[in-house]
Amino acid sequence: MFDHGRVSTALASPTPPGQSAAQVEELRARIRQMQSTKLESRGIPTHPAIAELLPGGGLKQGAAYSVDRSAMLLMTLLAAPSAAGLWCAVVGVPEFGVEAAAQFGIDLERLVLIPHPGDQWLAVTAAVADVMGVVVTRPPARSSDSSVARLTARLRQNGTTLLVLGAWPQTEAMLSLSDTRWHGIGEGHGHLSAREATVTVSSRTAGRPRSARVWLPAADATVSRVTSASRPVAVPVPPLRVAG
Amino acid sequence: MTAPPLEPPRVIVLWCPDWPVTAARTAAGLGPEAPVALVDKGRVLASSPAARAESVRRGIRVREAQAHCPDLVVLEYDAALDARAFEPLVAAIEELTPGVQVLRPGMCAVRVRGAARYYGGERAAALALVSRLDELGAGGARAGVADGIFTAEQSARRAAERVGIVPAGSARQFLDPLDVGLLEEAGAEPATSTVTLLRRLGIRTLGQFAALPPSDVRTRFGVQGARLHALAAGSDSWPLVPRTPPDDLEAVVDFEPALELVEQVAFGIRTAAERFVDELVARRLVVTAIRVVLRSDSGETAERTWQHPRSFSPGDIVDRVRWQASSAQLSAGITRVAIAPEAVDAISHHESGLWGSGPDERIHHSLSRVQSMLGHGAVLMPRVGGGRTLADRQRLVAWGDPAGTATVREPWPGQLPAPLPASVFTPRHPVAVVDAAGEPVIVGSRGMPSSAPARLTSGTRTLELGAWAGPWPLDERWWAPGQASRAWRFQAVDSTGCAWLLVLDEAGWWVEARYD
Repeated sequence: MFDHGRVSTALASPTPPGQSAAQVEELRARIRQMQSTKLESRGIPTHPAIAELLPGGGLKQGAAYSVDRSAMLLMTLLAAPSAAGLWCAVVGVPEFGVEAAAQFGIDLERLVLIPHPGDQWLAVTAAVADVMGVVVTRPPARSSDSSVARLTARLRQNGTTLLVLGAWPQTEAMLSLSDTRWHGIGEGHGHLSAREATVTVSSRTAGRPRSARVWLPAADATVSRVTSASRPVAVPVPPLRVAG
Repeated sequence: MTAPPLEPPRVIVLWCPDWPVTAARTAAGLGPEAPVALVDKGRVLASSPAARAESVRRGIRVREAQAHCPDLVVLEYDAALDARAFEPLVAAIEELTPGVQVLRPGMCAVRVRGAARYYGGERAAALALVSRLDELGAGGARAGVADGIFTAEQSARRAAERVGIVPAGSARQFLDPLDVGLLEEAGAEPATSTVTLLRRLGIRTLGQFAALPPSDVRTRFGVQGARLHALAAGSDSWPLVPRTPPDDLEAVVDFEPALELVEQVAFGIRTAAERFVDELVARRLVVTAIRVVLRSDSGETAERTWQHPRSFSPGDIVDRVRWQASSAQLSAGITRVAIAPEAVDAISHHESGLWGSGPDERIHHSLSRVQSMLGHGAVLMPRVGGGRTLADRQRLVAWGDPAGTATVREPWPGQLPAPLPASVFTPRHPVAVVDAAGEPVIVGSRGMPSSAPARLTSGTRTLELGAWAGPWPLDERWWAPGQASRAWRFQAVDSTGCAWLLVLDEAGWWVEARYD
């Protein structure tokens, strides 16, 4: 009498089909996040535009993530934990743009920069990893495997999330940007106002890399998924020319 | 009920002429013959005898003073330094005779009675004190002995020799011919208006003022006037208030022979630092700022004040001394380290909770550990301030230092529009930007680029540029010829989709930041 298919249609019927699909996807993401909440891998707050792409539906405590070259993607990842009250440290990234970080929503009151750790990189990263929620680092070219293994063990023990700019041997996931397209800038006119990019996440656990088109950042300086509605209507703006 | 009029006490006033100059000169390590002028708000406040000989007078502008005396050493006036430098002199006087009252830096008063009996006479006592000051480097100190502090001060200033003595009971005769203007600085607050009024009433000397009936003076000039009247009459009835010597909390460690290695110094002061903190704890105090003075074998000193976000532990003090020793430009080994408390606080404000310390305490400990590995300036707290260039706008404050003023939110014309680049290069990287024909792109006097930028070369790497925008002029400090800088900003997107913030100035093209 209760056909499964009929029940689900009955439950789904009050909402329009487009919204229900989004709702189902959201609920699935929540289920995934809750299922993965084992003692050793609790999640930390993650930006919604990127969370779904990550294995487990978000950044995990004690895991390392590698970010390929994009500081804005890195700041997007850092913003949600920082806003949620975690302390963040940036080790060995002297060009980290403070004002951009503030615009991405990183709380500067809980941000610490150690731009030049020199040859004490491992000791410094380990020392701050003991107390910080998230540590961003760029490993030196010659970091030995044994030191990396020791640091990874320490991160797992303290539940610190590590975001690595560059390659890292034991990552939970690797994030990269491709097909970037800037809006607002022309041949000698306008200015950079928004960027579309494809964020691709590949991980050891999930087989196929997952990717999504993301505004990084949008014209209102936020980060969100690109939808057909959020795409700006192309209004041809005639470039200014010198008169006379 | 009124107190019976007190007999003015007999006092010795010790006066070091030009004290602010002497203090500043000694701190700057200059000889007594150097022409020195102290300036405050752009005007000369005091000058050394050598500078005065070149007619550098109080109140003239710094430029004028430098025109009079081209070799002039101009130092900023520092009231705290004045008082601090006088402190060892007062301590030395206190060793000879108790009960010293500091009137102002460079001048103090001592009760005559005990000293005169010990040294066998007022003159002998005053000479003994003056020669002690001479030994300590306060050149040309003078002494005045009289009834009351005001009279003694005037006699010190007017003495033909090192010691001026006004016999007991003859203060009035001594003061009678002196100018009434001396009263201006004599009271607790400046009495300029009273003195001006007296002059307009035709009263020019202290004697004329003292001759007025006391009740009339009190009716017309009030309590302050009555006090000035008493001073002018030589009945300076204010008792001497000897200071209480402050507890000596300073920790001083001498090294013999001088130590060359920073680690040796750090090791040598560890015990002293522990004792220093223990002594404060015994007084139920913690120290939140310390002043560390290092002295080298060749007589140089390096002085610096360190602050702490919470309170100093012995380890923190050792770290500060180590940082200061490694950054100080000393030509010889260190012979002495002195640690003095600059600001203290009640210990109850700094006790950690009964149930362990919070997460912030752990963060502070860990960051302090990193600081002790890399140095004080290696751990930074970022803040956003005012300015036009990206590097100007980010302020980096060392962990533990006060963060300073809040973020500046004034409009800064010429600042970049959002989104801001996430990678800011300090210093900027020099690059070459050429157009499609390989010619360097320049900006003409009308603010237009010579051609569209097509390639960006940094070192051996070349990027093809696509879309671009600019130039936006960046005129900074155009009002100051020496510091003016004129530059043009461009944004450009390369073929990989990465955007760059480029700057063209007189020196060429630079990459200021990357939108990545």
